[in-house]
Amino acid sequence: MARVKYVSASRVYTKNAKPAVDALDLEIKDGEFMVLVGPSGSGKTTALRMLAGLEPLDGGSIEIGDRDVTWVPPKDRDIAMVFQNYALYPQKTVAENMGFALKMARVPRDERERRVKEAARLLDLDDELLGRKPKALSGGQRQRVAMGRAIVREPQVFLMDEPLSNLDAKLRVQTRSQIAELQRRLGITTVYVTHDQVEAMTMGHRVAVLAGGQLQQCDTPRQLYDNPVNQFVAGFIGSPAMNLQTVPLTEGGARLAGTIIPLPTAVRAAASHAGLSELVLGIRPEHLHLTDSTGELAGEVVLVEELGADALLHVRLTGGGDPIVARAEGRKPPAPGQEVRFHVQPDDVFGFHPMTGARLAG
Amino acid sequence: MTAAPTRLVRNREPGPQRFREMSAQVGWGIFTWVVGIAFFLPVLWMLLTAFKPESAAETWPPKFTFSPTLAEFRLVFAGLGPFLTHSVIATIGSTILVLLLGVPAAYALSVHPVKHWRDGLFFFISTKMLPIVAAIGPLYVIALKLHLLDSVWLLIILYTAMNLPLAIWMIRSFMLEVPKELLEAARLDGAGRIREITGVILPVVSPGLVSTALICVIFAWNELFLALNLTTVNAATMPMFLISSVPQEGLYIAHLSAAATVASVPVIAVGWIAQRSLVRGLSMGAIK
Repeated sequence: MARVKYVSASRVYTKNAKPAVDALDLEIKDGEFMVLVGPSGSGKTTALRMLAGLEPLDGGSIEIGDRDVTWVPPKDRDIAMVFQNYALYPQKTVAENMGFALKMARVPRDERERRVKEAARLLDLDDELLGRKPKALSGGQRQRVAMGRAIVREPQVFLMDEPLSNLDAKLRVQTRSQIAELQRRLGITTVYVTHDQVEAMTMGHRVAVLAGGQLQQCDTPRQLYDNPVNQFVAGFIGSPAMNLQTVPLTEGGARLAGTIIPLPTAVRAAASHAGLSELVLGIRPEHLHLTDSTGELAGEVVLVEELGADALLHVRLTGGGDPIVARAEGRKPPAPGQEVRFHVQPDDVFGFHPMTGARLAG
Repeated sequence: MTAAPTRLVRNREPGPQRFREMSAQVGWGIFTWVVGIAFFLPVLWMLLTAFKPESAAETWPPKFTFSPTLAEFRLVFAGLGPFLTHSVIATIGSTILVLLLGVPAAYALSVHPVKHWRDGLFFFISTKMLPIVAAIGPLYVIALKLHLLDSVWLLIILYTAMNLPLAIWMIRSFMLEVPKELLEAARLDGAGRIREITGVILPVVSPGLVSTALICVIFAWNELFLALNLTTVNAATMPMFLISSVPQEGLYIAHLSAAATVASVPVIAVGWIAQRSLVRGLSMGAIK
């Protein structure tokens, strides 16, 4: 077990192009479950592959434990990786697949068998499955074999590259918790890449949000949700996404669709300090509370998305502007066409710089 | 769910649409049969003629009723021995060599491409551009100086050189199909270059290797030009045997047919046996 440290690590695929990973500084603590999340092209997979040794660095360095591994070949980094499409050797049996790395490391046969059996037991893989070829396995079983191949190595660090993306929705949720539970039990430092922010929030001890090759924010899921540092993180974390609209600033707050939304003092101070006349207003769907006629925001429901436990209302505000999304109780949501009013707590309102996207707050 | 009732309705009253579909299908069916038979007819004729006595072989119109005889086959087998041996040695020897040289070459041009791999690839195929007739003179002189004229070794070397470019191109394309993640997993698992080839790549491309080998076997088995010009007795191959079964005078069609049948059988047999692998190999890109 070990900590992992990226020190200004960069990767440039083509000269003069924007780096795929741009001077990444990130420290992953010993035993931590770190999730790298971001949209496609954000550099999250490249960052993982740099740690694996599958991508060379064009700048900076990477440390595992106290060792600089920047130029250490993959096999000597004491890591194990789970690939998105599992990359199981098709001609080898499950047991051979799981034991291959140990065989390469010249681990004696009985020791190898013991460790494969142990990993199989840990992952609920029957003995009968061990003799099968990957082709004869279901998607979920293949995924577990890929996990098993990583576990038998007892590495310092687990690397996982979207290991759940080939599973169906139900199995994905199930496996998600199994992986998190397994990681907790084994206590092995894990770096996990996903584009799915729900996976990121539910699995990671901490989550690093990347965009355009740059680290946006690295924090606990709760902190990312409550205190996003910029507009990108605010819009990326949370489902459905935060409502973000550029609105003019007024005396007491911001004017959204003709209604004055009161802003927290800190936001107002930051905005006036920056000399702004408008700002990007951010309100999470779950912070738009349906009320009676006293609510300040009025609009007409154009679409209702029933999720069961709750419902998402797409609302066209009376004063114009882009539609907003609000989360409402699932039992008796308003019908499309119905007039609704919302109340917003001033503390739930985020403000972002319209140019830089940075959070306006104390 | 929706398809079943539609078909039911169609079955009850075949409309003009259905009729057109059916007649098109029948038309294509007939066309395919005609083409197939046109291709197969000469082979069938060869086979039939091989069982005819020489006197019945060259009649016009051809006779389809005759008393079959194995006389010509007996004659063919009597003189076949050395030719068959030379062909088998040259074919198998060169094919093994091609695979031994082609696999590393293809690896160096695909999985871990060397510098200037494009040039290398082009070089290999460019050796096939020169007509072999243009090279026969120098080849003859070289073979003469090396005392390799009329030797099976010469054929093994030449057939290897002849098939290697194609084999490299084929094996390379199969290797390109090996998923990148598989090679990366092998690297992470600590497999070196040799292990990567033997343990990961070869098992995946093995159907491709079989089809490559088969094509090399066919080409080497059927090669006539080099054998004709560079061998006489000690290394004469099956195609040479066919030529030698044409006498200066007299009837020979039945004899030639019997010899041709015998010469075709091994290739067809190998093709038949390797059929599944061949199809799998040649369509490797299609399967995941």
